[in-house]
Amino acid sequence: MRAVRDHGPVLFELRDVSLVRGGRTVLDSLSAEIELGATAIVGPSGAGKSTLLRLLNRLADPDAGSIAYRGRPLEHYDPLALRREVSLVPQLPALLPGSVESNLRYAAGLAGRGLDPGRCLGLAGLDPGFAARDVGELSVGEGQRVMLARALAQQPAVLLLDEPTAALDHGARDAIEATLGQLRSELEIALIIVSHDPEQARRLATRALRLEAGRVAACGPLEQALA
Amino acid sequence: MNGSIDVSLGQVAAALALVALAVAISSWRRAELERDIVIATVRSFVQLTAIGYAIKLIFDADTIWLVLALLSVMILFGAITARSRAKKVPNAFWPLLIGLAAAAATTLGLVVALGIFEPTPRYLVPVGGMVIGNAMTASAVALNRLGDEVGESRAGIEATLALGATAREAAAPFVRRALRSGTITLVDSTKTTGLIFFPGTMVGMLLAGAEPADAVRLQLILLYALLGSVAISALVATGLAYRNFFTPAQQLRELGT
Repeated sequence: MRAVRDHGPVLFELRDVSLVRGGRTVLDSLSAEIELGATAIVGPSGAGKSTLLRLLNRLADPDAGSIAYRGRPLEHYDPLALRREVSLVPQLPALLPGSVESNLRYAAGLAGRGLDPGRCLGLAGLDPGFAARDVGELSVGEGQRVMLARALAQQPAVLLLDEPTAALDHGARDAIEATLGQLRSELEIALIIVSHDPEQARRLATRALRLEAGRVAACGPLEQALA
Repeated sequence: MNGSIDVSLGQVAAALALVALAVAISSWRRAELERDIVIATVRSFVQLTAIGYAIKLIFDADTIWLVLALLSVMILFGAITARSRAKKVPNAFWPLLIGLAAAAATTLGLVVALGIFEPTPRYLVPVGGMVIGNAMTASAVALNRLGDEVGESRAGIEATLALGATAREAAAPFVRRALRSGTITLVDSTKTTGLIFFPGTMVGMLLAGAEPADAVRLQLILLYALLGSVAISALVATGLAYRNFFTPAQQLRELGT
């Protein structure tokens, strides 16, 4: 083991991570440390941001290199347990058919957690009345918040958010951003947010990892990394 | 049901008049099926004649081993044929092969064990052929559907995996729908049998001079056996095939890699 700081602030440690898809190098010998707190992964479209996010809870594995979570290599974790602790919210809502509450209950059940639907919905900025709604009736913005509430129902330690507001209008975007800010202060959840928008990174994160063409262009405190 | 009729090659040749009619219609309305109709006619003649001789050989030899060999070959070719219709499922061959074998073994095993048919070539060959043919169609339809569904629902499946669900849990709704679509055609045609169409066995027996009551009873036995075999093959094929979409770490595989 390289890292001796088991209880240090480093959440993820990436070493020479490479990934090729369809003959294209998506991530190229990427090395970085992601600390506790709120980190934005920024960069132009196609830089490998979303791919990197998917590696962090093992929805995919790199072709080369290693990733450690809290000092332990990712492959030493049970992938299912890891995903319940490091929860990923995708770019677009993808809920299971049924009611909002059944989705929350499903997620909580997988993580072995009790469920307070009203609280989860409230944390995601939704009225408790949403619990009975059918997911087919939700707007994209509402669906995205239910996705967030569903992830929160698992009480994760880390939330991975892939362009959480990309599909939303300004009003819905501001609401989600306010919600995320509140989550950080209330629940002490670590946030890793993929965004193509440096301004959003400034609003939501304190640190940033800037990718360009699958490589680390900068990593560190926000202003430094975005400069 | 002991009636037997003689059919001469001349009678078969006379039936070609209907094929000529089909070719004429295609040509007249420019359906461009003439070539396919001729190929289908020639192939059906060659294939059925060949299998007729093979069956006669097996009946004459009267040994269970030849029956098993013939059924094994049918299962193998059934799996190969069905695989070509389930291209979107990675490594579909083995799930199909195991599904067909399970359907054939269970169905034939049960009809023999329940005393419905004697374990002789005269019963096992035709029943086995029908069972395997229908099971092949059902499992091909089921896996075709599974491939389409998983392809269209990758985002949803990954979102469910991201919650820490297993591949089995994430794929369950799609496996369920695939199983349903593989089985429902036969269920529907069984519902309308006798009303909208006469099934082949019954027609064959009536033509061969059997009593209608016998023809109906035998047809019912076969329909029920087919329902079982179709469900088994679709269940086994989908239950095995969905795993091929996932890695051991419960990740959805990239398609085409």
